[in-house]
Amino acid sequence: MRLAEYRYQTISKIAGQLLFVEEVDEARIGEVITVVAPDGRSFEGEVLEIKMKTVLVQLFGETTGLDTKGTEIIFTDAVKQAPLSTGVVGRCFNGSFLPIDGLPMILAEDWSPITGFPINPSSRLGPDEFIETTISAIDGLNTLVKGQKLPIFSCSGLPAKELVALVLQNARLREEEKSFAVIFVALGLTFHEYSFYMAILKNLKTPFTAFINMADDPVMERLLAPRLALTVAEHLAFRNSMDVLVVITDMTSYCEALREISSAREELPGRRGFPGYMYSDLASLYERAGRIRDFPGSVTMLPVITMPEDDITHPIPDLTGYITEGQIVLTRDLHSKGIFPPIDILPSLSRLMQKGIGAEKTRQDHRKIANRLYKTYARGRELRKLESIVGREGMAPQDQVLLDFAASFETGFIHQGTEARSVDETLNKGLEILGQFGLAGLQP
Amino acid sequence: MNGRITGITGPTVRTDLPGLKLYDRVHVGHRCLTGEVVRLEREEVIIQVYEDCRGLAVGEPVKGQGEPLSVQLGPGLLSSMYDGLQRPLVNMVAEMGPFIRSASGISALNTDQSWEFHAQREIGVQVGPGDLLGYFREKKFKHTISVPPGVSGIISWIGEGIHTLSEPICRLADDSTIFPYHTWPVRTPRPYREKLAPEVPIITGQRIIDFLFPVARGGTCIIPGGFGTGKTILEQTIAKLTDVDIVVYAGCGERGNEMSELIEEFMELKDPITGADLMDRTILVVNTSNMPVAAREASIYTAVTISEYYRDMGYDVLLLADSLSRWAEALREISSSLEEMPGEEGYPTYLASRLAAYIERAGRVKTANGKTGSLSMILSVSPPGGDFTEPVTQALLRTTGVFLMLDTELAHARHFPAIHWRQSFSLYDKWISTYFEEHVNKEWGAMQHKCREILRQEEAKKEVMEIVGMEGLQDKDRLLMMAAEEIRSMFLAQNAFTADAFSSPLQTFQQIHDILLWHEQALEKLDEGRGFHQVIQDRPLPKFHLGSAEKPEPETPVGLSE
Repeated sequence: MRLAEYRYQTISKIAGQLLFVEEVDEARIGEVITVVAPDGRSFEGEVLEIKMKTVLVQLFGETTGLDTKGTEIIFTDAVKQAPLSTGVVGRCFNGSFLPIDGLPMILAEDWSPITGFPINPSSRLGPDEFIETTISAIDGLNTLVKGQKLPIFSCSGLPAKELVALVLQNARLREEEKSFAVIFVALGLTFHEYSFYMAILKNLKTPFTAFINMADDPVMERLLAPRLALTVAEHLAFRNSMDVLVVITDMTSYCEALREISSAREELPGRRGFPGYMYSDLASLYERAGRIRDFPGSVTMLPVITMPEDDITHPIPDLTGYITEGQIVLTRDLHSKGIFPPIDILPSLSRLMQKGIGAEKTRQDHRKIANRLYKTYARGRELRKLESIVGREGMAPQDQVLLDFAASFETGFIHQGTEARSVDETLNKGLEILGQFGLAGLQP
Repeated sequence: MNGRITGITGPTVRTDLPGLKLYDRVHVGHRCLTGEVVRLEREEVIIQVYEDCRGLAVGEPVKGQGEPLSVQLGPGLLSSMYDGLQRPLVNMVAEMGPFIRSASGISALNTDQSWEFHAQREIGVQVGPGDLLGYFREKKFKHTISVPPGVSGIISWIGEGIHTLSEPICRLADDSTIFPYHTWPVRTPRPYREKLAPEVPIITGQRIIDFLFPVARGGTCIIPGGFGTGKTILEQTIAKLTDVDIVVYAGCGERGNEMSELIEEFMELKDPITGADLMDRTILVVNTSNMPVAAREASIYTAVTISEYYRDMGYDVLLLADSLSRWAEALREISSSLEEMPGEEGYPTYLASRLAAYIERAGRVKTANGKTGSLSMILSVSPPGGDFTEPVTQALLRTTGVFLMLDTELAHARHFPAIHWRQSFSLYDKWISTYFEEHVNKEWGAMQHKCREILRQEEAKKEVMEIVGMEGLQDKDRLLMMAAEEIRSMFLAQNAFTADAFSSPLQTFQQIHDILLWHEQALEKLDEGRGFHQVIQDRPLPKFHLGSAEKPEPETPVGLSE
């Protein structure tokens, strides 16, 4: 511990958001610094690299108006921390944890480093409790469970935003008495998206906290906002026993910010210019979801990713898919048919579904219905390819039934507009459509 | 010896501490973070730190430990769960709660625990490196204690009876003592007398592996596959069912929830061979993706050294690592923080040689005391974008014995294990066919050939069928397609969650034999001039019906692909 603040006026070089400071004593890696510009404005930043007495500093915000002579740097001797309080519920903050809802700043009960600490794998509790999103394609076939991280892979122009809104409005737990909260993180938001989400948040019944980073806000805040949000989520979950759902939109903005900052730091670029450590960096966010043995709360994550060029092998969805426990994939094909939400269940997957469904969790016949729907629809989709070659008339009657089933399944089951369906209704709907085509005869 | 930190970049720290040797272990900072010397320069030493450096300040102390990064080897390893630096994760929870907050000084083995030593040598006997002294009982295993490498002399005292690990069990004439445990540097392979040819298979119980792409005892196998292709489920199934004595599972940079599921499952399950708790034969080395990157790099070495230790007792050990790509990425991150010249896709140029040297630590060997032990490796690879031309897969392809390619299309069709039967290969094939011909059925090799041929022909005819439909094919080809479909869906696909999860070599052989026999007989009937429909009515495939909707495929549940 230092007994006093260390202040320096020894900047030797400014390159974008990077400052080189000379003659610094005992700097810490990751230490938060405050920069005071000659005109009195101040910015935050952190220590990136130390070589003897030369320190490389990364600023979080803009750097206009700095110079090498009059600018002062204050070293705070602490790594970046987030204020913790249950007072965050119902509030909106920006990417630097400053309130943007016109109310005063919260009073912190405690502080915690925003990078968090890894959960000891031996104290993790395997996720097995159902969260109802009221969306048939998710609840029925790609069930979300507490402590899971399940991303939504979207393409530009697809209604991911409306899907997120539906989840925000309707997501609930089966056991009503448990306290449930949503943390909404928006990164690189444009104004029209902002107004859309604010309208949703205003009328939200579920307790929520929002971290909003606008498209013209500092890029560095895009890296901070999810970390602040997750630190708050861990506090609510593991200290206040709440079940927290963290929705982050859009991780593509996050990764692009990561790339931008990495290239400003002159780091070696990896695939598509993204830094080589992007996997570890994404893991340090996604892996904060989970449940802990002997602690009642949970952190569940629902990040949204817009796949650049609709390409699922692009590094952002690819690395995400390697870390998360499944994915929900939206497709243009279903969207153009007017189906909402346009979830393609074939490439979608929830790896933790099996443990979260069945008797006492959802319904005893859930697994059977899900398997039957999936298989039959998959077969129907396969036959569509054949149909395009030989024509419908050239196909066997039982294959024509499957084609009709696939169409009905899309319009009746996947499509639900803004209707909220309980898992019961979802499963009944599935049975009903199978029944219409005489396919419901479930073998035991 | 003490020095000071002079610079910090990511996980690498510079210090002015003189007298350090390359790969020495050091303690860095007031928190005593573990690090390893990776480069020596004239005035400066560069240290790679295995833990989160955040908050470390210039000027904090650096202490040399005088030995390279090592693991503790002795009784008590079985059913433990370690991180990449062999720190016991369960004990860490007691010390610092559910989050890993800081470095921990907890020793890997519980040195206060008492064990009963059964001496097998007497006073006055001359012993040398590798000579057996006696054994402890660890779970169901005889945990033998040998003279460590580099030690020899005449026994002046040997301690039969109860010991804690910190009490010596043997003293030699020159007053050197032998403890129940010793340490071994993780990057140095443990010595053995000679390597043996890979002639004996491990039985994984997976039909497609045992029959088409067998893995030898002491062999190596890689499983590359994009996300969602079922790598982890396949690795875990193999870990549960394979007929080896000891399984070391290295979770290298993968998901935390997956590890917790694995642990919960292993706690409940019984070993299918001995009936003992599965956990009793398992050691876990876990460094999930959010734990420090440098420890991830070390974790596979920690795992292989522990595996070699049990191999040296004459056991068959299986090392599973999930996944080597994460290890390679850790290597890349460290290399780039050292500002080394990057090779292909940013990986350091020594990636291939490091992997090759690692793979070479597998093998079936005659140990220093004349026993036969084996260390087999099954390693998963996660190629970015599912593209197999990337450097890690390519480097491993040149050194590994078995390549099981996991196919995204098969996984989407919920065909598991999604091993591609045309692209995969096993270099142990010839040896192991001979073994199975001697031990199961002399037609093993012939059946294998026929099975491959049917699958090959199916692929060739498939395109035609897609256009003209099944009905448009010649009768002979229709039979072939049916046989191929049967092989694919009933033989190659296997549900890891039912009683079908394990298939013994005899069952495997019987099953493929039945399908091929059906095909042969049906062809004969056709040649006799009977019509196609009559042929399949006379001898229907029991599990196969035309009109596929009601086909009772082994149902792989939705959501269980990896």
